[in-house]
Amino acid sequence: MSNVQIMTGNQAAAIGVKLSNVQVISAYPITPQTSLTEAISQFVEGGELKAEYIRVESEHSVLAVCISASAVGARVFTSTSSHGLLYMHEQLHWAAGSRLPIVMCCVNRGVGAPWSIFNDQQDSVAQRDTGWIQIYCRNNQEIIDTLIQAYRIAEAVYVPVMVCYDGFVLSHTMMPVEVPDADLVKDFLPPYKPHMILSPEDPRNINPVIFPWRRQDPEGVLRDGYMELRYKLQKATEGARDIIVATNRAYTEVFGRDHGGMLWTYRADDAEVILTAMGSLASEATVAADMLREREIKAGVVGIRVFRPFPKEEVREVFGNRCAIFVFEKDISYGYEGALCSDLKAAFYGTGSRAPIHNYIVGLGGRDVKARELAEATLSSLEAIASGTTEPETTWLNCDTYLPGSEVRGQGLGDRRQEEKCRINYSRSIKKNICCRGTGPARGVASP
Amino acid sequence: MLPGNRSCQGCGLSLAYRYLLKALRGNTILTIPASCLTVLHGLYPTTSVAIPCLNCTFPSTAASASGLVAGLNALNRTDITVVAVAGDGGTYDIGIQALSGAAERETDFIFVCYDNEAYMNTGTQRSSATPMGALTTTTPILTKQQKKKDMLKIMDAHDLPYLASASSAFPLDLYNKFVRAKRIKGTRYIQISAPCPPGWIYPPKDTVKIGRLSVETGIVVLFEIEDGKFRFTGRSKTLAEKGSRLPIINYLERQGRFRKMSIEQLTQLQKWVDLRWNEYLRRAA
Repeated sequence: MSNVQIMTGNQAAAIGVKLSNVQVISAYPITPQTSLTEAISQFVEGGELKAEYIRVESEHSVLAVCISASAVGARVFTSTSSHGLLYMHEQLHWAAGSRLPIVMCCVNRGVGAPWSIFNDQQDSVAQRDTGWIQIYCRNNQEIIDTLIQAYRIAEAVYVPVMVCYDGFVLSHTMMPVEVPDADLVKDFLPPYKPHMILSPEDPRNINPVIFPWRRQDPEGVLRDGYMELRYKLQKATEGARDIIVATNRAYTEVFGRDHGGMLWTYRADDAEVILTAMGSLASEATVAADMLREREIKAGVVGIRVFRPFPKEEVREVFGNRCAIFVFEKDISYGYEGALCSDLKAAFYGTGSRAPIHNYIVGLGGRDVKARELAEATLSSLEAIASGTTEPETTWLNCDTYLPGSEVRGQGLGDRRQEEKCRINYSRSIKKNICCRGTGPARGVASP
Repeated sequence: MLPGNRSCQGCGLSLAYRYLLKALRGNTILTIPASCLTVLHGLYPTTSVAIPCLNCTFPSTAASASGLVAGLNALNRTDITVVAVAGDGGTYDIGIQALSGAAERETDFIFVCYDNEAYMNTGTQRSSATPMGALTTTTPILTKQQKKKDMLKIMDAHDLPYLASASSAFPLDLYNKFVRAKRIKGTRYIQISAPCPPGWIYPPKDTVKIGRLSVETGIVVLFEIEDGKFRFTGRSKTLAEKGSRLPIINYLERQGRFRKMSIEQLTQLQKWVDLRWNEYLRRAA
C-alpha cells in the first residue's frame, strides 16, 4: 500500500505536521520557509488538520506562543529560517530551559548582512548551544519521517527538536516521497501526554527567578538551583541519543525506512577516505564518493544526521582506522573553522587517531557546489597529503580567496594552477604513500 | 496572594495586584515577563501567590498569552481567563509589538499594564512611560526631556472591546473594572497607575496619598472605554462633573523625582494634562 507522491521538502514537512496531529501552530513568514506555513494554513482552514493556527507578528512571538501552548499541554509546531531563527534566539534558550517538547523546522538559509535568501547552514549551526536537539535531513523523504520521529523524541526527553533541511535545495525541490499511513503514524505517535501542565487545578509558578544555590521549599525539601537544572538539561540531551536511535529503529520496523539514527554511512565499510557533511550536502557527497571509487579511491560518506546531541561514540566507531577525513560544511565559526569539523576533531581526541582532517567551507549563501567539485577537492587534498605539502587546514571551495594587497593568490576560482592540480588522477602509488606514512590507522590498530 | 511577599515597602503594584486577583477569582492563568511582579512572586521554590503563572521573556508577554489561549482552545478548555501582567517597560517599550499583534488578532485575554513610570525592577531607568521632568538613573542630571507616551491612546486605536485606566489608590474602581473585563470576550487592556516609593522618591506611607493626588490633578484619569464608548469612572467622574481639578504641582512637589523639573517643563506638563483632560471631556459628552 505505498502512497508515493511527488512533492517539495516544505510540502513533505507540512504533511508530517498533519500526520503528527499537531494542535497549535504558530509561524511568521520568511523565505524559504513560507510555502510550508502556507501548506499548513491550507490544511487548517480546509479542515484537514484540527489545530489552532496563530499567525503572529514576529518570530520572537512565534516561539512565545509555542512555549505557552506547550506549557498548557498542547502539541505544537513552528518553522522558520535564517533571520527568523536568529530573532528567536532568546526564545530558543527559553524553550529548552522550560523543557518543553516543541518541534520546529529550520529551513536552512544564509544570514546577513548582506541579505541572502539562499541556502547554507549558518543559521541553525549558530544555534548549536541553545539546548535544542538538531537533526539534519538529506532528502524530502527524510523530512517527513524525521518530523514524526521528532515528536516522539521530544516528548520522551522533554527537549525541543529542530528538524533542519536545506532551503531551496530541499524545501523547493520536488522529489518522490512516500507518505506514511495516518493510522500507523497514530500508533507510532500517540497523543501527547504531558508530565505536568499549567492549570488552575494545580497552580504553579513556572520559570520564576532562581538562585545560584539550592533552596528548601516550604515542606523543607531541598530543591534544585540553577546549575542543577542546567545539568539536567545536559543529561537529558545526552540521553536523547538512545531515544533517537531507538525511535529510528522503531520507525524502520513500522515504515520500512531507516534514516540512520545519529548518523548514516555510504560505502564506508572498506573506505579509506571519508567524506562527511550534514543535510543535502552529505547526499551530494555520496555521488562524489562514487566518482572517487571510479578512480579506484576507496571513498565513503558519513552523513551526520544529529548534530546535537553530538554522536561522539558513533563518530569514534565509524571514523576509526581511516586514511583521511574530509569535512564539508555550509557554515563557518569565524576566527576558527567549520563548527562540524571542530566537533569531529574533539570527538577523536584521546582515540589516538592521526588521520589528517581537512575542512572545506562550501556553499555559503547558496554558492553552488557540485559532486564533481567535492570529488576534485578530495583528490587535491589527497595529493597534497601524499606529497607531504602542508595545505591550509580549511579551504573555501569555489570561492575566490584573493585578498587585495596580498601577494599570495589563494586557492579556488580563477586559480589555474589549482584547477590543474585537481584534474591530476589519483594514482595507486599516491594512495599507498598516504596509508604507509602512518597518517591513517589509529594508534593501537595494527598497521597494514 | 499569600501573606508575605518580596515587594518593596509601600509598593503600589502589590496593592493593585491584590485587588485584581480578588476580582478575577479562580480559573485564571497568568503570564508575566521580567518585572517587579516577578520579584513579588518570589524566588524558586517558594511563591507568594496561589495562581498558575508562566514566566515569559521580556518582549513576549502578549504573545505568551496568545499561546496560552491557543493551547487551552486546542484542549477545549475555554472556561479559563488568560491574564498577562507587565510593567510599563514590558508594555510601552519592549512589549509593544507583541501586544499590538495580540490585540489585532483579537486574542481573548486581559492585558494589564501596571505603570510605575520607569524600569523600577532594574533600579529606576527611564522608560517611554516616564513623565517629563522626572529624574531617573539614566536621566540623572537633566531629567527626562520628553513627554510620557500615551499608551492608552495607542491601545484605543486597536478598537478593543474594553479598555480602562485605573489607579492602585482607588481599589473599588479597580476591582469593578476587572469584574467587568472578565465578562467581556476579546482583548481587554487595563492600565493601572502604581506609585513606587523608591523610584518616585517619597515616603512609603504616602503611596495611597500620591495615587489619590495623581487622580485629583488629572495626571491619572480613571475611565473606561467599552465598545468605543468613553466613560469617566470613580473620582475622575466627580471631578469631570464638578470641574475642580487641582493643579499638578500639588502632585509633583511631593515626589523627589521632580525636584529638578524646570518651570518650563511644569508649564508644558500642566498644558498637556489640561489638553488631554479636555479631550476626555469631549469624548464623555
